[in-house]
Amino acid sequence: MQSLTNRSKVVSNKKMTFMERIYLPAIFGGMMITLGHFFRKKTTVQYPEVKRPFAPVYRGMHVLKRDENGAERCTACGLCAVACPAEAITMVAAERKPGEEKLYREEKYASTYEINMLRCIFCGDCEDACPKESIFLTDRIVPSDSFRDKFVYGKDLLVEPMEENKRIDISKRQTKEVLEFKKHKEFQHNRLK
Amino acid sequence: MAKVTIDGKSIEVPDGTTILNAARMIGGDIVPPAMCYYSKLKTSGGYCRTCLVKVAQGSAKDPRPMPKPVPSCRQTVMDGMVVENITSPEIVEARAGVVEFLLLNHPLDCPICDQAGECHLQDLGYEHGKMKTRYEFKRREFEKIDIGDKIKLHMTRCILCYRCVKVADQLCSCRNHGVMNRGDVAEISTYIENVVDKDMSGNMIDVCPVGALTDKTFRFKSRVWFTKPVDAHRTCDKCCGKVRLWYKGEEVLRVTARKDKYGEVEDWICNSCRFDHKKTSDWVIEGASHIDHHSVISANHYETGKALENLKSDIERHQKQLKENKFALGQGAMNPNNV
Repeated sequence: MQSLTNRSKVVSNKKMTFMERIYLPAIFGGMMITLGHFFRKKTTVQYPEVKRPFAPVYRGMHVLKRDENGAERCTACGLCAVACPAEAITMVAAERKPGEEKLYREEKYASTYEINMLRCIFCGDCEDACPKESIFLTDRIVPSDSFRDKFVYGKDLLVEPMEENKRIDISKRQTKEVLEFKKHKEFQHNRLK
Repeated sequence: MAKVTIDGKSIEVPDGTTILNAARMIGGDIVPPAMCYYSKLKTSGGYCRTCLVKVAQGSAKDPRPMPKPVPSCRQTVMDGMVVENITSPEIVEARAGVVEFLLLNHPLDCPICDQAGECHLQDLGYEHGKMKTRYEFKRREFEKIDIGDKIKLHMTRCILCYRCVKVADQLCSCRNHGVMNRGDVAEISTYIENVVDKDMSGNMIDVCPVGALTDKTFRFKSRVWFTKPVDAHRTCDKCCGKVRLWYKGEEVLRVTARKDKYGEVEDWICNSCRFDHKKTSDWVIEGASHIDHHSVISANHYETGKALENLKSDIERHQKQLKENKFALGQGAMNPNNV
């Protein structure tokens, strides 16, 4: 029968020679290949002791930034939530009371702010939508868990710590070009008063 | 009767009609925007200059053009008048300039403002590509005050359209707020706080084109695009009782009057309907309100029945307009970089 492609192989049932029948050369050849791999460069790393460098554009767990004075930048404007294609973000707004100026930057703030990390697709649209430079995606990984409700991250997990040395670095997401662009006078209304 | 041609479309209107109203009779996107004119309020208009149009031919008897752009809300038509609105690049540019002037002292605190999403100034800025301001100096500053027991005044956002003053004059039994001082320091004020308490005074919130007067009972409760508007009515002895309820989940967050396509209320509602009846059991629900699909409020809304038909015709109309009106947008007015 004419074969349709030239890839078919005719199976032969011929008798093996003596060398083939003792199998040793084939076994030895296989062992040599395995041994050779011992001396090659390893492709795996010992996580979590060793961590691979992330690409500068990596988008991991979110952070809600504080400003230079430690006040929360988020003003619960809801633009991240409306931009979110997975509808992962919810928030409740509240009015800042007199005396809370150190805690919240604007007269309105998010009293609860939740991101469902199971819904989130880490697209970074929330970051683009944010008019207050508050939410950023960082190179931190969202840790795994056994319970679904643990993945709804509230403000306790999202807002960065107040201490100066524990702030989350987002300089990779704020390239020099972006910062230069934001220095423009037309964005002054978003600068510190 | 006078025959007037606006952007190439002619119509016969009664003598004494303003250009703006003649344009509204024709309809479509040739209608000039208005920030201070309100068809339901007498003597409104003439303050904001958003509705500027070019009169290319004064009348059939005197065909000379008018030397300057004229406010269409105050200029009445004459027989044989030829008006250019969006077909005139000069007017599109002049209007963009007016928008920039309106934004001079505006704080641009849209992320905080409760009006965001249904704000006429926001729409206007967006339509003219003026999403930012060139103004570098200190803006005028005012403390926010409780002008009434249920109404908050953010004077910084005010564009002095006088609509709320006219509401108090024409709807309430007496007016106890007004515009004080002049020029740069002019402000809406009462001298004493918490005095705007007359019935129907809540309509000030609806007529305010920006977020200067907002509902205190809705303050920071939710952004408008997370609430779902539903038309409802009840029998009320003080007003028509026809309202729009704004739901979030099962809860009615606020009650407003119904607004037409020009953002004007269809009928005034009283304060008791607006502030005191926030339970579903108070109302007879008519169905989901129709929201223009260009509005952010329409995000994630699924319309059925008549509202769905409206939505379909809306989309068709917008697509047709886009095809027809490429020329009107080509002058750089829509380009956000061209500030």
